[in-house]
Amino acid sequence: MTILTDLGIRQIRDGVRAGEFSAREVADAFIVAVSRAKPLNAFLVETPDHAIAAANAADAARAAGEALKPLAGVPIGMKDLFCTKGVPSTAASHILEGFTPTYESTVSQKLWDAGAGMLGKLNMDQFAMGSSNETSAFGNVVSPWRRNDGGNAALAPGGSSGGSSAAVAARIAPGATGTDTGGSIRQPAAFTGISGIKPTYGRCSRWGVIAFASSLDQAGPMARDVRDCAIMLEAMTGFDPKDATSLNLPVPTWEANLNASLAGKRVGVPREYRVDGMPAEIEALWQQGIEWMRDAGAEVVEVSLPHTKYALPAYYIIAPAEASSNLARYDGVRYGLRDLPDGANLQQMYAATRADGFGDEVKRRILIGTYVLSAGFYDAYYTQAQKVRTLIARDFEAAWEKCDVLLTPTAPSAAFALGEKQADPLAMYLNDVFTVPASLAGLPAMSVPGGVDAAGLPLGLQIIGKPLDEQSVLDAALAIEERAGFVARPHAWW
Amino acid sequence: MSVDTATVKKVASLARIAIDDAAAERLVPELNNILGWIEQLGEVDTQGVAPMTAVIPNTLRLRDDVVTDGGIRDAVLANAPAAEHGFFTVPKVIE
Repeated sequence: MTILTDLGIRQIRDGVRAGEFSAREVADAFIVAVSRAKPLNAFLVETPDHAIAAANAADAARAAGEALKPLAGVPIGMKDLFCTKGVPSTAASHILEGFTPTYESTVSQKLWDAGAGMLGKLNMDQFAMGSSNETSAFGNVVSPWRRNDGGNAALAPGGSSGGSSAAVAARIAPGATGTDTGGSIRQPAAFTGISGIKPTYGRCSRWGVIAFASSLDQAGPMARDVRDCAIMLEAMTGFDPKDATSLNLPVPTWEANLNASLAGKRVGVPREYRVDGMPAEIEALWQQGIEWMRDAGAEVVEVSLPHTKYALPAYYIIAPAEASSNLARYDGVRYGLRDLPDGANLQQMYAATRADGFGDEVKRRILIGTYVLSAGFYDAYYTQAQKVRTLIARDFEAAWEKCDVLLTPTAPSAAFALGEKQADPLAMYLNDVFTVPASLAGLPAMSVPGGVDAAGLPLGLQIIGKPLDEQSVLDAALAIEERAGFVARPHAWW
Repeated sequence: MSVDTATVKKVASLARIAIDDAAAERLVPELNNILGWIEQLGEVDTQGVAPMTAVIPNTLRLRDDVVTDGGIRDAVLANAPAAEHGFFTVPKVIE
């Protein structure tokens, strides 16, 4: 008997189409799995009715002999950064507690239009600011993974899409949406042994996605494998007149064109990604990845991205600057929390509301952003960072003369324990060292599991591609997936 | 450049976030640690480099100047912490 929650998106889609099981059976199985996984704290809101309605629609369509939609019968998790009509959407912040959107984000609407159902809203780092899911106002997400040392240390699922990564890795959702501003899809995917892709900036509409840093924010899928990501990405992508930076391009047929043969392709290995203190296991996995690329028929070339070391400091100017502007909207007037102390005037109400509603990391980033944009410092910080961003984008353009995709590790370590890095914001920021450069350049990038470390924890490899060339990214990731044979999965302790 | 308690309070005031003296003092080393680290950008030669304005070349679209939205007052007000008579309400700002 098939364990339905062990199935990925493609298997569910194809099984429902073939009548091997009903969409309702799949939905029910995942709904039960979600309800039993409370210790993970992955879901902030459970929406079984939504998943059941979508499943019933899929089963009815099949019974009527209609063609099934691309994601008919597939229940998914929705990161709480996406506004969902009639379902609370908080970005895991107290300041949006009780906010129930009266509209649906474009990306979530596209997924429902494709036949998917929603299992619930997924926990995350507050306003997507964090790399461990510890900044959520509603408690940490706990990774389903544990070290094999016999200890029971609770591990970080990565962030900011930590509820998404934990849910997919724990097999309580076959796929989930994520968003990636500096690595928030790729790093949690790497930490939990799943796949996740951030497409080219502009592929997925940002309309209805609670904003963090608008020039960087981009939605993408997180799923069990590369093919599942391709299927889900096709459903999420497409032009949206409501987003001024949405690209008006047809949606490619990424799944149908998947090809794990890399004959004639050149894979670049950037020498600046060898950072001090990187664990030997990650270095070894990177070498293994290079061998897998050769085995798939690719030519491997060393390339240089000379401004790599400046990407992270540039990001921590640009992202907080944009955040300080975007988050100015939380004023206690139009939605969310209002804190009105006795006798307070309007300005005091703003300040009290924001002091109460935002978590420490969000406040820290708003203050940094406000400071770097303030009179006298704007040019030294913000303009300089945007110039460095141009240089980082030029580094990639030069690399594309020599190669078609880049291969790097996704993160500089395996999952760390919850609490381990919380005391030092800077140590936490360094987790994004390999993911931020592609974000600054708007490039498609994907994490795929490559193996496990000595503690039995997953490690990811990252593929970065040219603008709009998600196909090459998916293909190279598929070549890794086929060779890595990654079958490790967390033991269900919850 | 580094910040002191007075600067932190000034920035918090600009950002409309209420902080007390203890919080401001706690934030000084935290923010200085981060600012000290991002300071390294100053060593990059950016002479003649244009600041990034768009990561993917794109043109701003124009559309016909017609009303495309509206008539949804109740939906707009649905999440307001305080709304009366079809308006957002705030503490009195005029004596």
